[in-house]
Amino acid sequence: MTTLLRPLSTMTSGTARPATPVKIDVQGMNFYYGAKQALSDITIAIHANLVTAFIGPSGCGKSTFLRTLNRMNHIIPGTRVEGRVHIDGQDIYAASTDVVGLRRRVGMVFQKSNPFPKSIFENIAYGLRTNGLTKNRGEMEGRIEESLKAAAIWDEVKDRLTESALMLSGGQQQRLCIARALAIQPEILLMDEPASALDPIATQRIEELIYQLKASYTIVIVTHNMQQAARVSDNTAFFWLGRLVESGATEQIFTSPTEKLTEDYVTGRFG
Amino acid sequence: MAGDRLLQTMSILVLTLSLVALTALLYDIWSDGWSRLDWAFLTSMPSRRASSAGIYPAILGSLYVLLVTATFALPLGIGAAVYLEEYGGGGRIARLIEINIANLAGVPSIIYGLLGLGIFVRAFGWGPSILSGGATLGLLALPVVILSTREALRTVPMSAREGSYALGATKWQTIWHQVLPSALPGILTGLILAMSRAIGETAPLITIGALAYIDFTPSGVMSPFTVLPIQVYNWVSKPQVAFAENAAAGIIVLLVLLLSMNAVAIVLRDRFHKARV
Amino acid sequence: MERHARHFQDELDELKGRLLGMGGLAEERLRMAVRSLVDRDGRVVEAVLTGDAAINQLHIEMDDRCFKLLALQQPMAVDLRSIVAAVKINTDLERVGDLAVNIAEAVRRYLQHPPVKQLIDIPKMAELAQVMLRDSLDAYVRRDLGLAQKVLAQDDELDELKTRVFRDLLACMLRDAATIEPSLDLILISRHLERIGDHATNVAEDVIFMVSAKDVRHQ
Repeated sequence: MTTLLRPLSTMTSGTARPATPVKIDVQGMNFYYGAKQALSDITIAIHANLVTAFIGPSGCGKSTFLRTLNRMNHIIPGTRVEGRVHIDGQDIYAASTDVVGLRRRVGMVFQKSNPFPKSIFENIAYGLRTNGLTKNRGEMEGRIEESLKAAAIWDEVKDRLTESALMLSGGQQQRLCIARALAIQPEILLMDEPASALDPIATQRIEELIYQLKASYTIVIVTHNMQQAARVSDNTAFFWLGRLVESGATEQIFTSPTEKLTEDYVTGRFG
Repeated sequence: MAGDRLLQTMSILVLTLSLVALTALLYDIWSDGWSRLDWAFLTSMPSRRASSAGIYPAILGSLYVLLVTATFALPLGIGAAVYLEEYGGGGRIARLIEINIANLAGVPSIIYGLLGLGIFVRAFGWGPSILSGGATLGLLALPVVILSTREALRTVPMSAREGSYALGATKWQTIWHQVLPSALPGILTGLILAMSRAIGETAPLITIGALAYIDFTPSGVMSPFTVLPIQVYNWVSKPQVAFAENAAAGIIVLLVLLLSMNAVAIVLRDRFHKARV
Repeated sequence: MERHARHFQDELDELKGRLLGMGGLAEERLRMAVRSLVDRDGRVVEAVLTGDAAINQLHIEMDDRCFKLLALQQPMAVDLRSIVAAVKINTDLERVGDLAVNIAEAVRRYLQHPPVKQLIDIPKMAELAQVMLRDSLDAYVRRDLGLAQKVLAQDDELDELKTRVFRDLLACMLRDAATIEPSLDLILISRHLERIGDHATNVAEDVIFMVSAKDVRHQ
C-alpha cells in the first residue's frame, strides 16, 4: 500500500494545490477596439506550470484577453490597452518592451491550425531562423526533432519532414503548430481554442499533450468547451460581457462556484 | 417567370451576336494572313517588297520592351502595394496615393506616351530607345500591377500572418517570408494581364518615337526599336493588298502571343492554387 | 484505432489503489477486533476503538476524488461505472470500519464478564467475513465476475452461522441467567459480523455492475 504512505496533505484533492509562483499578473486591464470597450477591469494572476482555462460565451472577451498577453492585439489597428500586465514582474506594455522578444517568450497556438504552406521541417525552422536561435544545420535539426517530440508528433512525421505540412490531418497540423511554438522555447504557451476544429480523438490527444506540457510551460487556454476546460485545466476563469466574473481552482469553479452567473453558465442555465 | 425567360433569351442573343462578330473578324484575318505565315515571315527583316517582308525585329522589339516593362513595373508595383496594404494604415498620404493610382488606371495610353517622351526620352536622355519604351509601358502597367498585388495581399489569410508574428517574427520578416510568397501567384497573374495589355499598345510608343520601319535587330536596351502593333499599323496603312496580308499575319502572331500569355497566367494561378489547398 | 495513454487512466488506477488500501485497513481492524475477543486482550480493544481516524480520512478523500473525477473528467461507460462503484464501495468500507468499532465496544463490555462458552462459530464468522471482504475487493481490482459471484454465495453461509450462534447462546441464557449480559454482547458481535458480510456482498454487487453493467441487487 505505497499510496497510503504519502503525506495526507497531497492526498486531499480539494481546493489545495501546490502553490507555484505567479507568472502573469494582470491588474485592472481595460481594452478597447476603437471606441468600443471589449474588456473591463480585468484582474487575474496566472500561475507558472499550471494550465489556466478561460471560459465564457462567444464574444465574452476571453480570446481578446488572451491576445493581450502577447500583444497579438497590436496587429489590429485602433486597439488600446489600459492597466497593467506584468510577466515575471516586467511590464509588457511599457514603451521599452520589445514586442518581438515578448512573442518569443509567449508562444501562441490558434483556433484554426495555420501551418505555413511549406514543408514540415521548414514550418519549425521558420521560428528558429527568424529569431537566429540556431548556429548551424545540425543544431537546427536537433531542435526540430526535439520540439516535434515534445508535441507528440515526431513518430508520425519523422520519415516525411520534407513533405508539405498541408498534407497532414487537422489534428497533426495542430500538433505541428504546437511544435512550431515550442521550437523557440517560450515560457508561456497561449492556446486559442486549439481543439475546436478537431474530432474527439484528435482533441483527446491535444488535451493529453497539454497535460504533459504543463510541467515545462505555463499554459493559458481559451475554450468554448466547458468540459474541456474541466478536463485539462488547474485554474479556470469565467468571462462574461468583457468582465472576469470569477476565477479559481477548476474543481471549485465546476463544483461550487461562488457567483450565481458562473453557476448558471457551468450548469447550462444561461440566458 | 416570363420576364426571366425574356432576359435569358436576350442575353443569349447578345452573346451570340458578339461571338459571331468576333468569329467573323478572326476568320477574315485568318483567311487573309494564313498564306503569309511561315518560318521566313517570322525570321525576316521588313522589306519594301511585301512578299519578302518579315516581322523579326518587331517580335524581338516587343519581347525586349516587355522585359523592360516587367522589370520596371514588378518591383515598383509590389513595393507600392506592400506599402499601401501593410504600412500605409489608411493614413492621408496613403489615401492620396490610392486616389492617384485609381485615376492613373483610367488615363488614356497616349498620355503615358507624352509622359514617357517628356521624362525618359528627353529629361533622362534615354532617346527613343527600348528602355524608354519599356519604362513608358511600365508606367502604363503600374496601376494594374499595384491593384492586383493589393488584391493578392488581401487574400493572404490573417492566420498566416498571426502564425508568423506569434513566432517572434518582425513585420518585415512576416511580409517577406509568408505574405509575399503566398500572394505571388496572384501578383504574377496581375503582372501578366498587365503585360498583355502593354503588348498591344501602339500610341505611347509612337509618341516616344518608336520606328515604323527598321531593318536591323535591336542591339541592347538603348537601341531604337519597333514593336509588333506598330509594324502591323505600318503595313495596314500601305495601299498594296500584299501588305494587308502581311498585316493580317502579324495580327495572328500578336494574338497567339497574347493568348499564350493569358494561358500562362491561368496555369500559374491554377497550379499555385492547387499547391496551397 | 490507436489507443492513447490518458492521464485520466492514471487517476482511475490511483483511485483503485486507494480503495484497496482502505479495504486493507477495514479488514485489519476487523481482524484486530475479533482477535481482542479471542485473546481477551483489552489493549487491542483500545487500539481498535481509537484507531478510526485513518479510515475516516480515506473515506473523505475517496469521496472527494470521485466527486472531482465525475465533475471534471466526464467519465463514460465502464469509466463511469467504475467511479460510481468506487463511491458506493467507499461507503461500504467505511461502514465496515464503523462495525469493527462496534464490535470492539461489545468486546470491551464482554471482557468484564467471565467467558460464556468456548468461542467456535464467531471466529468462523469473522474468518468468513474477512474472506468475503478480501474477495470482493480482489474482484473489484481484477474485475473478476466469478469471484464476485462467490462472495454472494458465501453470504448465506454467514447468515446460517449467525442463526446458529443465536440459538446456542439462547440455550446458554436459558440455562444460566448470569450469562445473559455477556451472551447479548456475543449476539451483537455476530450480528455486526453478519452486517460486514452484507457490506462485502454490496461490494460484490457493485463489482458485477461495474464489469457487466448488470444490476444483480435484490434478486
